[in-house]
Amino acid sequence: MTTVETATIARRQPRGAAFDPWFKWLCASAATALLVALGGLIVSLLIGGWPAFAKFGFGFFTATTWNPVTDVYGAAGPIVGTLVTSVLALVMALPIAFGVSVFLVEFAPKIIRQPIATAVQLLAGIPSIVYGMWGLFVFAPFFAQHIQLPLILAAPPGSLLEKLTAGVPNGANILTASIILAIMILPFMAAVLRDLFLSVPQQLRESAYGVGATPQEVVWKVLLPFIRRSAIGAVMLGLGRALGETMAVTFIIGNSHGLPKSLFDSGSTIASTIANEFAESSTPMHEASLIALGLVLFLITFTVLAIARAMLGALRTY
Amino acid sequence: MASASRSLQRKISNAVFVGFCTVAAFVALSALAAILYSLLKNGLGGIDLAIFTQSTPAPGSPGGLANAIVGSLIMCAVAMVIAVVVGVLAGTWLSEYGGDSWYARLVRFMNDILLSAPSILVGLFIYYIAVKPVHGFSGYAGSLALALIAVPVVTRTTEDMLKLQPTALRESGVALGTPVWITIRRIIWRASAGGMITGGLLAFARISGETAPLLFTSLNNQFFSLNMTKPIANLPVVIFNYALSAYDDWRRLAWVGAVLIAAAVLTAQILARILIREPRRS
Repeated sequence: MTTVETATIARRQPRGAAFDPWFKWLCASAATALLVALGGLIVSLLIGGWPAFAKFGFGFFTATTWNPVTDVYGAAGPIVGTLVTSVLALVMALPIAFGVSVFLVEFAPKIIRQPIATAVQLLAGIPSIVYGMWGLFVFAPFFAQHIQLPLILAAPPGSLLEKLTAGVPNGANILTASIILAIMILPFMAAVLRDLFLSVPQQLRESAYGVGATPQEVVWKVLLPFIRRSAIGAVMLGLGRALGETMAVTFIIGNSHGLPKSLFDSGSTIASTIANEFAESSTPMHEASLIALGLVLFLITFTVLAIARAMLGALRTY
Repeated sequence: MASASRSLQRKISNAVFVGFCTVAAFVALSALAAILYSLLKNGLGGIDLAIFTQSTPAPGSPGGLANAIVGSLIMCAVAMVIAVVVGVLAGTWLSEYGGDSWYARLVRFMNDILLSAPSILVGLFIYYIAVKPVHGFSGYAGSLALALIAVPVVTRTTEDMLKLQPTALRESGVALGTPVWITIRRIIWRASAGGMITGGLLAFARISGETAPLLFTSLNNQFFSLNMTKPIANLPVVIFNYALSAYDDWRRLAWVGAVLIAAAVLTAQILARILIREPRRS
């Protein structure tokens, strides 16, 4: 009987095994780079915007004067403009996106379902500058001539309608910006909602139809409760897009500072103000105020996106 | 008779609902069709050879978009190289090593935030780290901004695609004595190649029309230039400037540029879709 001394068996590692820990380390540092980038983004906005917060204090958020000539900056106009246009866009886009997705999943003839769904998904990827250009060259002139002008002429002096429609009739205003934003986020929201409706198990639909529910009842009482949580997430994601959108808005909002007086008044959003002024900022305080605006936008979108992601759970959107 | 009227009421309300959904679909599709129509009507006719051979003109003189097209291509290419390297490695870590640890969950969450963060803020950040310190706008800064927008897309798709591979595939690789990193490289990455290319195409589609982050990183350049350390011409910023100008020929060039970008984005997306549909080779 021969005994093998364990010590004499050479332990041999496969070729390349020595690199294993390095590869893991490499991958981990790439993942960490992502965190560092986001952290760096926050820190640079904080540092860059700090002089503005230090000088204007809380008044930065409430003052409506934005004047590079006198170097005094109050951000209430762009902040309100951002919130108003985004919420208006969401209010307009949501029912339509909901209708489109239900139509595509439940009512559309089988043959056209896939082509339309694909078209909607492709449109969700069209760069926003295209939507902005269309707004500037096609929609704004149309709106000014066929909607704004008649409304202004029809409004009796002193009426509520006159207040709402006050503004230069050139089609560049809060309402048209919101409409363009709505058209821009519509394909995205419709595509996500459609995915959600498709994720509902077929048996649920069948059993609801089986007990005699109408299509409307199936959608409202079976499908919607099933996807409610993720659907709220999808809506928040759409809101996040609208809040941070730059190009679609910059073209058509009119770019005037101060609080907009009516829906037909020109205004500005945080993103459009930064896009217009940053490269040509006149003084260090002007630059700091623009970066401070960026920080405000980041905090708003971060909150909205964090809620959206928590609600969406496992649903993957790109 | 109460039940009959209740049934009628349900039928009417259902008809209204179906009608609403159909009208909504019609409204949405016609709005989007209107946009595509204006884009093609105003842009398609302007495409000629000069667009690809001459640089952006002064108002009133003939010219094309050659410098902007080349600048955009270079910037996107550099951005994609960075994004693919970082994104694939980060996605691999999330799928193969990170698992469900708190750190992986944090990275995943932050990646999702970056995925939808306003692109103009990415521009501000890159301005702070790559423009201000060197006192100059540059093509590299633009590429860096675009890369930061593309990385989350690549990371996300890589992780998703790698997770689709069965654990048995990894085990069989390792059982043969293959080191883990070679298993990942030679087996897992290869098996997910189609999906990962899709991720790259989606990321490219995402950045090729991005305008906001370029406004104060790469800026723009009136002339033809391949120098990435100086401001460089690019399609999105040219479109932005020319569309807002008062000159008809500049506006015409803006429409042409918009058509080119839309065509590039749509091609990338359609390719991505074809690749992801392709049945997996066994």
